[in-house]
Amino acid sequence: MTKILSKRLLSEEVYRIEVEAPLVARERKAGQFVIVQADDDFGERIPLTIADADPSRGSVTLVFQTVGASTHALAAKEIGDRITLLGPLGNPTHIEKFGKAVCVGGGIGLAPLYPIVGALKAAGNEVAVIAGARTAELLIMQEELKLLADEFILVTDDGSAGRKALVTQPLKEICEASAPGARKPDIVVAIGPPIMMKFCAETTRPFGVKTLVSLNTIMIDGTGMCGGCRVSVGGETKFVCVDGPEFDGHLVDWDGMMSRLRSYKTQEEAAHHKCHLVEGGAR
Amino acid sequence: MSETTKEGLDSLAQDALKGLAALRAEGREPSPRERLALPVQDMPCQDSGKRAQNMLEVAEGYSEAQARIEAERCLNCKNAPCVAGCPVRVDIPGFILKIREGDYLGAARAIKRTNLLPSVCGRVCPQEVQCQAPCTLGKSLKSVDKAVQIGRLERWVADNERACGACDLPDIGKESGKRIAVVGSGPAGLTVAIDLRREGHEVVVYEAFQKTGGVMVYGIPEFRLPKSLIAMESEVLAEMGVRYELNFLVGRTRKLGALIAEDGFDAVFIGAGAGLPKFMEMPGENLVGVFSANEYLTRANLMKAYDRERAATPIYPSRRVAVLGGGNVAMDSARMALRLGAEEVRVLYRRTQAEMPARAEEVGHAMEEGIIFDFLTSPTRVIGDKDGRAEALEILSYALGESDASGRRSPVAIRGSERVVPFDTIIVAIGNESNPLLARTSPDLKVDKRGHILVDEKQKTSIDRIYAGGDIVLGAATVILAMGEGRRAAAAINELLG
Repeated sequence: MTKILSKRLLSEEVYRIEVEAPLVARERKAGQFVIVQADDDFGERIPLTIADADPSRGSVTLVFQTVGASTHALAAKEIGDRITLLGPLGNPTHIEKFGKAVCVGGGIGLAPLYPIVGALKAAGNEVAVIAGARTAELLIMQEELKLLADEFILVTDDGSAGRKALVTQPLKEICEASAPGARKPDIVVAIGPPIMMKFCAETTRPFGVKTLVSLNTIMIDGTGMCGGCRVSVGGETKFVCVDGPEFDGHLVDWDGMMSRLRSYKTQEEAAHHKCHLVEGGAR
Repeated sequence: MSETTKEGLDSLAQDALKGLAALRAEGREPSPRERLALPVQDMPCQDSGKRAQNMLEVAEGYSEAQARIEAERCLNCKNAPCVAGCPVRVDIPGFILKIREGDYLGAARAIKRTNLLPSVCGRVCPQEVQCQAPCTLGKSLKSVDKAVQIGRLERWVADNERACGACDLPDIGKESGKRIAVVGSGPAGLTVAIDLRREGHEVVVYEAFQKTGGVMVYGIPEFRLPKSLIAMESEVLAEMGVRYELNFLVGRTRKLGALIAEDGFDAVFIGAGAGLPKFMEMPGENLVGVFSANEYLTRANLMKAYDRERAATPIYPSRRVAVLGGGNVAMDSARMALRLGAEEVRVLYRRTQAEMPARAEEVGHAMEEGIIFDFLTSPTRVIGDKDGRAEALEILSYALGESDASGRRSPVAIRGSERVVPFDTIIVAIGNESNPLLARTSPDLKVDKRGHILVDEKQKTSIDRIYAGGDIVLGAATVILAMGEGRRAAAAINELLG
């Protein structure tokens, strides 16, 4: 089990924890995730994307939102407590010099977006970041992202910070590239609630801009054994843990995926057992 | 299948023991004919009505008297065909003789010379197609069901030893200074770990899950193989000096090649187990309520979802369950669904009972518990409601046609037999593909077209010093076959490290 080194409340319901995981810190690449479990015997295994890693400190940083029993149990852990952690899992983001990249993050999705923005920048891309949240209190990692991005656009649903808009609006404007000298993006990466990723994919589809999304489905082992994370992509069944977590957003069967995320909804409500599976995801 | 109580069976065995004692008082041993006449000892089981409501072990195990009588049935024949039928070559006549002599701990030692997991094998090995199939007694009585019940005896010996608190640690050779990494703590990995540690090598077992045991903890249900047994067996290895690294996925946490190139291991054994579940590839299979057996059983077993008060992992609320498949995993899934509260559980199998790959004993137990079998049927699609939840299966009837390559008669669909049957839960138990992770992250590791790791006759892979065995090589097989492969790999590694 691994020790929690630091813990911080980032915004209402959103925690950032740093855990001791030297091997994960050394091996992980942008786009990968871990599975954590607050209790070995009765805890649930929940996938969380890695927000940051410090190989010299031997630690990884995770950001999660308390949406159900399991994330609350995780939030109840204090510095020095131990949790179970497995990783890094999934395939790293494919990084190359695409040219112009737009990275869209919604809510807690801004955390996993951060290392991808860093990797895209390091590969020589021009990167625009669109950061969105329901309301100002839920915005995280603005400062870090602002430092990395060539262009930083802030939006909130209620207008309490930045522009009052959904992330899809600035995304559409960038794709239209109507301003003089503006160029169409070569790639879009969108991470956030499924509904946000779905509409980002719909926004870019008419422009033919390749759009990567990172899926956070129900998962148990996370190593290619249980099949719980399966999702239909381009008519084929894919497994998020070994084939993903990133897929072409234009090919994902969003409605199927979102209904699978709601598999245990009634039960959770009945048992006051709201878990990370609730739409929106733990990240 | 026996519904007789533990007490009833014990009393019958006591009577038979008295008969033998009388014979011996006259100064003679039973003749082969008299041994043939001794009653085969049935396994006492929890009442089928009760057990379908609990997770406790179904088979309760022999009493001492039953074990004594069953041991007396062995003809101790010279050629001992049973040993050849055992993938790890347990000295079966030897341990049975020890039971007869009343040296029960000696019986345990005799088994453990070749098999350190007898409490597991005694429970889950398909003895009727292995050691018990060629048994001379069974042949004489013209029924494999009447062979010496070797598996039940093995279990009794192991359980008795544990109950006595007398588990001896095997002897460990002088520390060799050689280090071996074992990937996966299932039956193959644990066997390799034991065999290598005995030679004095340092062994580190890497396990991706939070508990050791692999399929024995996530797959095989509590009611067939109590998890406390696996924990104890794993503890024995730890006492021998085997080190476990839990929550460690070789291929991701550390690359396979790095174990040898950077971490100083002299050899690696890969026993990573079965991979991605196979699906039927029919429409609607990704609807809510459709599960792989792997997922369903892992939730229920490893994650303890049956303990609704304490477990955070939810299990789907099922009323009408269809299990697709005819193997042991299908039986486990069906019986688990029943225990988790389903009102009706049906097993849909394309062939007939005679072709089922599941052990007859498991099928019998399932039938006793009220599982319904729909033979010669298979679904064509899953039908969902407006929320994307499964609500029915479209099912087609089949007839048996010509024999296929495996010698089993192929099912042929009967045209026009489609019908729609309501089900809210569908568990797909038709086997596994291989896990692609190691092959993808270690390009030099050669796999066949189905992704199983290719090995030579000594279980060596295409990479020097790296060996593999169990389901990652065989596809979905059995605990004992995995152990047999582990044993062979360990022998080769011991030879390599001299």
